[in-house]
Amino acid sequence: MADAPRAAVVVEDLTKRFRDFVAVDHLSFTIAEGEVFGFLGPNGAGKSTTIRMLCGLLLPSEGRAQVAGLDVARETEALRRQIGYMPQLFSLYPDLTSVENLEFYAGLYGLRQPSLGTRIEELVVRLDLEAVRGQLTGTLSTGWRQRVALACAIIHEPPILFLDEPTSGVDPAVRQQFWNLIGDLAAEGTTVLVTTHLMEEAERCARLAMIDRGRLIALDTPQALRDGLQGLLYEIDADPLLPALEALASAPFVMDAALSGATVRVRVAEMGISREAAIRDALAAAQVNVVDIRAGEPSLEDVFISLVGDREEASAR
Amino acid sequence: MHDLAIRTEDLTKSFGEIRALAGLDLEVARGEIFGLVGPDGAGKTTTMRLLSGLLRPDAGRAEVAGLDVVERTEDVRRLLGYLPQTFAMLHELTVAENIEYFADLYCIPRGQFAQRSDELLSATGLTEFTGRRADALSGGMGQKLALICSLIHRPQVLLLDEPTRGVDPVSRRDLWRIVYGLPAEDVTVLISTPYADEAERCNRLGVLVDGILQTVGTPQDLVARQTSRPIELQATEQRLARNALEKLGGVETVAVVGQALRITVRRDGPGPEEVLKALDGAGVEATEAHWAQPRLADALLAIAERCGKDG
Repeated sequence: MADAPRAAVVVEDLTKRFRDFVAVDHLSFTIAEGEVFGFLGPNGAGKSTTIRMLCGLLLPSEGRAQVAGLDVARETEALRRQIGYMPQLFSLYPDLTSVENLEFYAGLYGLRQPSLGTRIEELVVRLDLEAVRGQLTGTLSTGWRQRVALACAIIHEPPILFLDEPTSGVDPAVRQQFWNLIGDLAAEGTTVLVTTHLMEEAERCARLAMIDRGRLIALDTPQALRDGLQGLLYEIDADPLLPALEALASAPFVMDAALSGATVRVRVAEMGISREAAIRDALAAAQVNVVDIRAGEPSLEDVFISLVGDREEASAR
Repeated sequence: MHDLAIRTEDLTKSFGEIRALAGLDLEVARGEIFGLVGPDGAGKTTTMRLLSGLLRPDAGRAEVAGLDVVERTEDVRRLLGYLPQTFAMLHELTVAENIEYFADLYCIPRGQFAQRSDELLSATGLTEFTGRRADALSGGMGQKLALICSLIHRPQVLLLDEPTRGVDPVSRRDLWRIVYGLPAEDVTVLISTPYADEAERCNRLGVLVDGILQTVGTPQDLVARQTSRPIELQATEQRLARNALEKLGGVETVAVVGQALRITVRRDGPGPEEVLKALDGAGVEATEAHWAQPRLADALLAIAERCGKDG
């Protein structure tokens, strides 16, 4: 039998309180070396706070965490060399060029010529930064800025990478590029913890942790999370659309109804029978014309909504 | 009443040497939800700033509800709601105070705005949070408050610049539920979004790349106009497969979707079997190649890719 992969991150009962507000509430999980681990949850769920603790930037109130075998509360200095951290607002110097920013961060991590120059050129190629290498980062668009920020965060080749919403405001083509790079880094052995609100991105993670109000509410592979969803899914093309949504959202057998593109997507309680007739009846009563009803496949968004649902308001900060 | 909520003619704007918008001709009908899509830096935000009168065009003209934006900026502003990417909320004020502040900006008498405010608060689920300071709101709730503030004066036309950026799936649904209800109130919406699933919810889409409007149509039109077709496949070594596919003739785009690879191939390009054969020839292990259902995301990626290569 092959050895179990070593753990890059071990979190036990990690807790953070700000006065009487519990931002992170006894979180426990383990991330294996080379794993792409996704962190999902509503805005304000405690994801960024957890990452800050794992980077040694915030002291836990309770519990403990080891990153690369180092205690995040006590071995902060040694930890810094082992990790790359890209916060939601990464500080680039706006009056320095892309390459000058890279040089600055390289200097912080003690990289010296000639290896510094080689490393920077490698990143310019990997992140396709040639076109903006001499441009002041203050004048870059969000997508470019995020690319330069990611390059800065990995300049010292950290074995463990924390990315907090790295693709926020980044267009689809560049998002693909980001995630290809994340996948490549993981294939080379880098461990990646990444937060995102986009379920298509979450699908690319090996495992996902869902956090709500500071607590871990689910932890599994994307496939297992989808398989575990309660209820049956139907997709309905109807005319008019909005009354169809309203009628189904208020039907008692419907657990969840939403628009997905120009289709109404509903999740209904499983009763061992097809619920198509019930859906048709509810829509007929609302004088909605049904164009098509078909069975739907569970998506990660369905899982997210079913676990977090309407409780978002109460938990948000 | 005017049937066109937004009309631009040859609208052009440059910043120094950068041409942000080059001769935009756009017509948005009253009551439409019109989506502006396209890569970062395509000119979506510039379009909205020109429409709101915050920027002056170098050439061409723009009308909102039949009024020239440059000549009648003040009147246009009263008809317009604008939610920019970074909305200037007053952080030390509460939710209720922010709404009041924006109502005052638009000179709405206190008596009149109360009902409107209640309506919007309940539609966004923020009623319980009127006493919370704006800087203590989560990203999703902050965006909802911003949306309330931009709707408080009952605008005829609403400009939304990537309103769901950084917003979680639950709040994203809430925001879209509100947007969807706006045409019923006779509000026309121009919204920009980087997400294909949101673009699908618009009545019509305009695809901007490098300041040029590449195409306009319903989401279905855009999918139907696609000349390339999608194939999905599984590969053990994703990186090797990606590199090999990018070099393969007839392949237009390569993307990773979940654990699968999704490519689009031109009409004269390879089919699933040929793709597998080609990968095998390159020493890359791949399986389960099959034609997939075309999607809007493919079309948007292909348009951006094609323009990128031309430029």
